[in-house]
Amino acid sequence: MNRQEDGVLLKNKPDNTAFTQQRLPAWQPIMSAGYVLPTFLLLGLAFIGIGLGLLFSSNSVIELELDYTGNLPNSSCYPCTNTTIKGCKCNVQFKVDTLLVGPVFMYYELSNFYQNQRKYGVSRDDDQLNGDLQYLKNPSEYCFPFRRDSKGRPIAPCGAIANSMFNDSFVVYKMNDNGTRTKVLLNAKGISWWTDYNVKFNNPPTDNGTDLQEVFKGTVKPINWPRPAYELDTNPANNGFINEDFIVWMRTAALPNFRKLYRRVEGGLQRGNYTVEISYTPRLPGD
Amino acid sequence: MFTDFLSYMVLFNFIIPVSMYVTVEMQKFLGSYFITWDKDMYDDHLGEGALVNTSDLNEELGQIEYVFTDKTGTLTENNMEFIECCIDGFKYKHVGVELSVVDGLSSTDGPHRRICGMAGKEKEELFFRALCLCHTVQIKVEDKVDGLVKQQGTQCTYISSSPDEVALVQGAKTLGFTFQGMKKNLMKVQNRDEEVEMYELLQILSFDPVRRRMSVIVKDHSGRIFLFCKGADSSVFPRVNAGKQEEIKLHVEHCAVDGLRTLCVAYKELTQNEYDQISAQLHAAQMALKDRDEKLAEAYDDIENGLHLIGATAVEDKLQDQAAETIEALHSAGMNVWVLTGDKMETAKATCFACRLFHTNMKLLELTTKNIETYRARGAEKIHELLLELHKVVVQDKRCSSASLLRSWSVTQEYGLIIDGAALSLILKPTQDGGTSNYKNLLLQICQRCTAVLCCRMAPLQKAQIVKLVKNTKEHPITLAIGDGANDVSMVLEAHVGIGLKGKEGRQAARNSDYAIPKFKHLRKLLLTHGHLYYIRISHLVQYFFYKNLCFILPQFLYQFFCGFSQQPLYDATYLTLYNISFTSLPILLYGLLEQHINIEILKKDPSLYRNIANNALLQWKPFLYWTILGLFNGLVFFFGAYFLYDNTSLFSGNGQVYGNWTFGTIVFTVLVFTVNFKLVLDTRYWTWANHFVIWGSLAFFVLFSFFWGGIIWPFLQQQRMHFVFAQMLTSISAWLAIILLIVVSLVPDIVVKLLSRPVGRRQLQCVRYAVPELLAFRYTTDSSLIEVKNLKN
Repeated sequence: MNRQEDGVLLKNKPDNTAFTQQRLPAWQPIMSAGYVLPTFLLLGLAFIGIGLGLLFSSNSVIELELDYTGNLPNSSCYPCTNTTIKGCKCNVQFKVDTLLVGPVFMYYELSNFYQNQRKYGVSRDDDQLNGDLQYLKNPSEYCFPFRRDSKGRPIAPCGAIANSMFNDSFVVYKMNDNGTRTKVLLNAKGISWWTDYNVKFNNPPTDNGTDLQEVFKGTVKPINWPRPAYELDTNPANNGFINEDFIVWMRTAALPNFRKLYRRVEGGLQRGNYTVEISYTPRLPGD
Repeated sequence: MFTDFLSYMVLFNFIIPVSMYVTVEMQKFLGSYFITWDKDMYDDHLGEGALVNTSDLNEELGQIEYVFTDKTGTLTENNMEFIECCIDGFKYKHVGVELSVVDGLSSTDGPHRRICGMAGKEKEELFFRALCLCHTVQIKVEDKVDGLVKQQGTQCTYISSSPDEVALVQGAKTLGFTFQGMKKNLMKVQNRDEEVEMYELLQILSFDPVRRRMSVIVKDHSGRIFLFCKGADSSVFPRVNAGKQEEIKLHVEHCAVDGLRTLCVAYKELTQNEYDQISAQLHAAQMALKDRDEKLAEAYDDIENGLHLIGATAVEDKLQDQAAETIEALHSAGMNVWVLTGDKMETAKATCFACRLFHTNMKLLELTTKNIETYRARGAEKIHELLLELHKVVVQDKRCSSASLLRSWSVTQEYGLIIDGAALSLILKPTQDGGTSNYKNLLLQICQRCTAVLCCRMAPLQKAQIVKLVKNTKEHPITLAIGDGANDVSMVLEAHVGIGLKGKEGRQAARNSDYAIPKFKHLRKLLLTHGHLYYIRISHLVQYFFYKNLCFILPQFLYQFFCGFSQQPLYDATYLTLYNISFTSLPILLYGLLEQHINIEILKKDPSLYRNIANNALLQWKPFLYWTILGLFNGLVFFFGAYFLYDNTSLFSGNGQVYGNWTFGTIVFTVLVFTVNFKLVLDTRYWTWANHFVIWGSLAFFVLFSFFWGGIIWPFLQQQRMHFVFAQMLTSISAWLAIILLIVVSLVPDIVVKLLSRPVGRRQLQCVRYAVPELLAFRYTTDSSLIEVKNLKN
């Protein structure tokens, strides 16, 4: 063999590297009781610790559940099941035995309501809800059949989710010993996600001075709504598309039985008797 | 509704892992590079390593049950050396480098005589001239050509497609007759008196493996026309009518027992008239437009007749380096090794003993023409009787030994079978009553009882026939054929895995093979290491894919019961798409390329480990069910775990805000991605930096991508479903706890199973101990008598 041939040979010869020869340095774990058991033990202890913590914190949670469905004739909300009555109100009493330290969260719960139904879930227009003027007047096809009313006017906010918005409203009174009652302060701020409220949902831009009503001109309210979107609240920071009750509703629930945050009682609830006044129509804070 | 059906199709199509197909193809293609790159399979002399012609069979290499190997050039070097010859019944042997010719026979069993005194100068010279003329060797001054044989001291190099011819021409040269090349149809031969004789080459009746002989017709300066023929003894003897046949036959057999390759040389002188006739006959056959091959064969058959036998040659072919060790390793790996060769029985047998395919403790059963000849008188069907007898011997012995099997392993007798081409064609020849399948079955049953089978005198197509026979048995064993020459191509193509050696006889076998390796010994590494690893890798890869897609789609399926069967997807569309592409694909691909559950060195050293994966052990019902159950369990844990933890607002952030359906899906998906990757973490036994990189990288990518995907209002999206869903989920401690809890619960069964089954190292040893006894018994039987079936006939 002469030199030249050696060169040829070298060219063909596979590289003697760890990778090509499958000799990469490697760690070969072998599961053995020797170190798996201690690991398990430590993990177990850690989990026991976490579990105890969770147990105590979950035991300290006090849950009061009030049913105002009114399906029993002797319940106070029974009359309101008659749908012909407009603006029906009813009261439900409850008693707080121990001091509930704030914040107390107040949820409403719906059962057998399929917010996760596929066609229902897509029936919205996120561009419109983001305040895009173009989509305000010309909502997405996804909103059909809640896209335009019978006269062809665009619906704002469009879609089935918005149209079916939960609009019962609640007022909580503390019953005083002398027979009077005082309203409990309910905080509606921050019940929705920060990013939803600040980024995802936006009212259409209002040129200086013009109010929301002007911008919504040419649109109609969702068919089932008693009032248009710009009248959801008197507070401009909670009106229109950025009404937090509305935003909470628009985050569709995962399961057919779900709760949604309604209000927060920052100060907590003292011991005593309380009444919830449920009104079957939405009301403005002034009412 | 039909659209619902279609929606479900879209939703659940992921259960059929299309991505698996892509990953498997990538694994196979990239994985085959490790075979090409292996420097253990590189041959310094040849200057080449292994060559992978197909990437589809890497895992089949781990499932081989039958190895069919050629002899010449595969088990042996195909590096021929002229050892001795026999001229007119007298044996000539050249000793060492001295060119003297001595009487080889005389040293032990014959009287000493001088060179010329034995066969006569005339016969001797005729013989050497025949060697110098009857070949297709060419002379090249330039080298670097396939099949090159370089001579020391001279400029010329003999080149031929067959190393035998080169050895013979060279042998003749050392004995004084030098072939000096061709010039315009004239062959120049320098004789002992330094004179150059010229012969006109009239015809070449070229060699083919079916005829097993070749002839040339030459005309010397005085105008005499000779036909020289050389070929295998079996194909020359029947065509000879003169010469000392008995002595030569004896010599040939003697040589064959020593493992030498023998060729017989014969000649006949032709008159001009005869030659004209032959020439016309050949011309007609060559010009034929239809069935040219058959007509040529017929013409050759006609011409090569009535020959005068002048002698025989013996050429030695050394065993390849480590051929015996390789065969032993294949045996202890549980493979049946069959040698299929065109050589004569004695030569092949000697080689088989040399490479430890046969050993002295083995009962050799012979099913050859020799044995059948005695039956011939009573008709060819009598082969049936012979078969039955053999069958009785093998099967009954097995039966009675199986009774004593429990008492002692050493009772089992090991059998070797020798069968030749003629006997095989008799067995496989369909009879009038269609009894051939019966013979076939008998033969197969005998073969399956034998640890080693030698098939000699095989035509190329018969080799393929044997492979096919075994391949199509009930058990459908995976077969491998290895060969180096053109005559092995049919067998290489027929077997499941065809391996070509980059031999001296050209590249036909290597080109037609699935894998080409330089030497026979490389088969060991190819099968025991690469085959084993690839089988483990691919079977794990496939099952893992089904597993991960099962637990991916099962929650999606279960969710339908909670969304009014409205085909609501549980996961966001990007998650659905990227799950198999980005989040879980690279780790398993890397696993499929790098995993070594047993170290390569151990695999190389301990061939019996190959038995652990025999019969497709990892893709049977049991492992499949295990993976399926694991997938189902994990899917159930993912969904119902999230369902119960999520229900009733127990899963909320600290400020009381609630989550929607996309958060629910994201929790399930996060648990899923982590669990599935951790499952691979538990399975990986060979952690290179690359494994670390892709596994932790995939998880990191999932997290980063989720942040990124939810971090922006995407202008091209109609619905901003995932906006801040992931980040918001992580603000909740209860979501963290839920995710960790579900991951742990999902993994616990697998960890427990892994712990309960013994640790790796010890388990393997256990397996070896279980598998080996039969093998050991075969190897070290005490019964040492070598009984040939010949005795049974009487």
